[in-house]
Amino acid sequence: MTAAIALQDDLLARFRAKRLRAFVIPGIILVYLLYVVVAFDVPGLAQRARLDNAAILLTDAVAHKVHVTRDNRRGGVEVSIEGSRRMVFAADQMPDWVSIDGETVQIALPHGHSVTYDGPVVTYHHPDYGPIRMVAGDGVQLDLPTATLPDFINASANRVSITTEAGRLTMTRSRTETMRYFPGWELFFFDLRSPFHAMSWTEIAASVIGGARIEPDRSNLSLMISNIWNNDIWRHKDVVWALGETILMAFLGTFGAALISLPLAFLAAGNFAPSRAIRFAMRRVFDFMRGVDALIFTIILSRAFGPGPMTGALAILTTDTGTFGKMFSEALENVDGKQIEGIRSTGASAAQRYRFGVIPQVMPVLLSQVLYLFESNTRSATIIGAIVGGGIGLLLTQAIQTTADWEKVTYYIILIVGMVILMDAFSGFLRRRLISGDGSGR
Amino acid sequence: MTASDALPGAPGAIRDTYLALTRRRRLYSGIVLLLFVVFFVSGFRIAEDRNAGGFLDGLSHIFDFPAAMIREAAEKAANLPGHMLDVLPALVETINIAAVSTLLGTLAGMVLALLATRGLAPWPRLAGVFRRVSDILRAVPEIVVALVLIFVLGSGPVPAAIAIALHTTGAMGKLFSEVNENVDPKPLEGLASVGASWGQRMWLGVIPQVAPNYFSYALLRFEINIRASAILGFVGAGGIGYELKNAMTFGQGKLDEAAGIFLVLFATIVIFDQLSSMVRNRLTYGA
Repeated sequence: MTAAIALQDDLLARFRAKRLRAFVIPGIILVYLLYVVVAFDVPGLAQRARLDNAAILLTDAVAHKVHVTRDNRRGGVEVSIEGSRRMVFAADQMPDWVSIDGETVQIALPHGHSVTYDGPVVTYHHPDYGPIRMVAGDGVQLDLPTATLPDFINASANRVSITTEAGRLTMTRSRTETMRYFPGWELFFFDLRSPFHAMSWTEIAASVIGGARIEPDRSNLSLMISNIWNNDIWRHKDVVWALGETILMAFLGTFGAALISLPLAFLAAGNFAPSRAIRFAMRRVFDFMRGVDALIFTIILSRAFGPGPMTGALAILTTDTGTFGKMFSEALENVDGKQIEGIRSTGASAAQRYRFGVIPQVMPVLLSQVLYLFESNTRSATIIGAIVGGGIGLLLTQAIQTTADWEKVTYYIILIVGMVILMDAFSGFLRRRLISGDGSGR
Repeated sequence: MTASDALPGAPGAIRDTYLALTRRRRLYSGIVLLLFVVFFVSGFRIAEDRNAGGFLDGLSHIFDFPAAMIREAAEKAANLPGHMLDVLPALVETINIAAVSTLLGTLAGMVLALLATRGLAPWPRLAGVFRRVSDILRAVPEIVVALVLIFVLGSGPVPAAIAIALHTTGAMGKLFSEVNENVDPKPLEGLASVGASWGQRMWLGVIPQVAPNYFSYALLRFEINIRASAILGFVGAGGIGYELKNAMTFGQGKLDEAAGIFLVLFATIVIFDQLSSMVRNRLTYGA
């Protein structure tokens, strides 16, 4: 009887404890999250957030704009993509929606809008609102058809900007700029210097298959490939090299670390170490290398080796030597002694015992770990590349820091994600093939 | 040569096939090894070519910077504890980034894993879609998300926390769904037989079975995320990484500050590694 009551009490106490836990743990999590909301100043974030930046990022990632720019001090009109010096249309390449006749420029915008530059006098024709006249002189003088300022015009004494669904116009005393948006990435395949730039894809195909040679000393196909490869804007050649550098960093770092830590792991494994002191020392070395963060190694190494992929590879190598040393020595401690004994009984030397008794047992585990880390290091190499200055990580940070080339940022992100997914699939495939041989994995 | 050699299955024939097999295996491993060596050596030379400083040249200078740092730190040894105290708020921020992102990433990863596991998913046809979602979340390096968010939200801890949380969600989604595949279905059947909803079956039937595993993975992830948040700080997301970058850019004269930050960072990582492995060991082997 007493036993039953004791059991009942015990059970009830456990229920109470469980009920308490069910409320206390979510409660603690909630309190912590509230603390973080305050500590990270999340309410203040709403003011600091630049949603206009987000809008620029999104439109720029999928569209590009063409600027028609007039220098109001010296005169002269230039048509360029994204206002870049490297993407200026030559006189014979002018898009058909811009017509330039000396100081008079006619710009056709979609939805029936248009802009006329007549020297310093600019007229924006809005089909629903009427003509907007601006004169650049000492400041900008604005002349509207209505008395009040509509909300798509932003005007001050020195600057007028008009933003409509058809495009954008900004005018200051030094220059007038009209921007028209187009979908897609500009000049992705051919830059403006390329003879293929103005052609449509069917024209390009025709000229590659049977057209007259554009450059007499080589075929149109090789000219086309070289034009794409040497594209001045998107720099496909450099991007491919950068991707290669990133993978190279991961490859050299991971496999170099594996080669270095394999012999060291024997010294750290309890059943192979020549003495306890050496084993202890080796373990502390591995712990130290894992403890010193990749960030610290990266900084120290980039001081010694300068920017580039070698530095990144060495940073990965140093960090991973610690990781592999620990993993490998644990795998070695789990080997079956019987196989080694069997080999020893045939009179094998120490080297032969390791080669035929130990390595075949641990190889599948080790290779699987190495390949797994190789894949995850491809990702790390992107970040390390951004710090040491090499690979696709560098290109990405540069593109983000200019805060203008969002289409390139999008392009690099797609490439990075594709690269990581490919490496993931490749390492998974190798692990299945090399290790089990039956396609079942692990 | 005896007559028995001609018979299939005779010792000689077996030996011959065995030797042929070994030879072929050796050839294949030889080719793989050769390819590996070629890749490795040529990769090394390319990396050497494209690096600003050479390998051997740099090797002799490898200890220059640590030596300069230690020298400066030793000269101003009295300042060192002060520097270490100064970076404590930044350190707390780094740890908070890691903790929040681990927490949110683990919770989101838990849901994602349940949605993506065959046999548990409420919409089995969409399980593959959720799997792809976690693959993509895992594939995007944290730095990409962090840099883009810094542009929109301004620099600070929030972009880093979001970036790491997204990556953690993907990683946890994959790991947890592997754990979920080994769940014992009997409690689920029992719950289903009394008319439990999907949420109740998961919360009462699956989570209690897998919670220790989830928790141990979450702790492991927390270690990884501390490192990640220190690195992201270096590219402008606040915390101790940012302090380190500032101390480094001043270079000479501020190196004692950098040394202090190095020490704090090293100690933090070692302490959290030890703590988490202690807790994980207790989970695996009992108290």
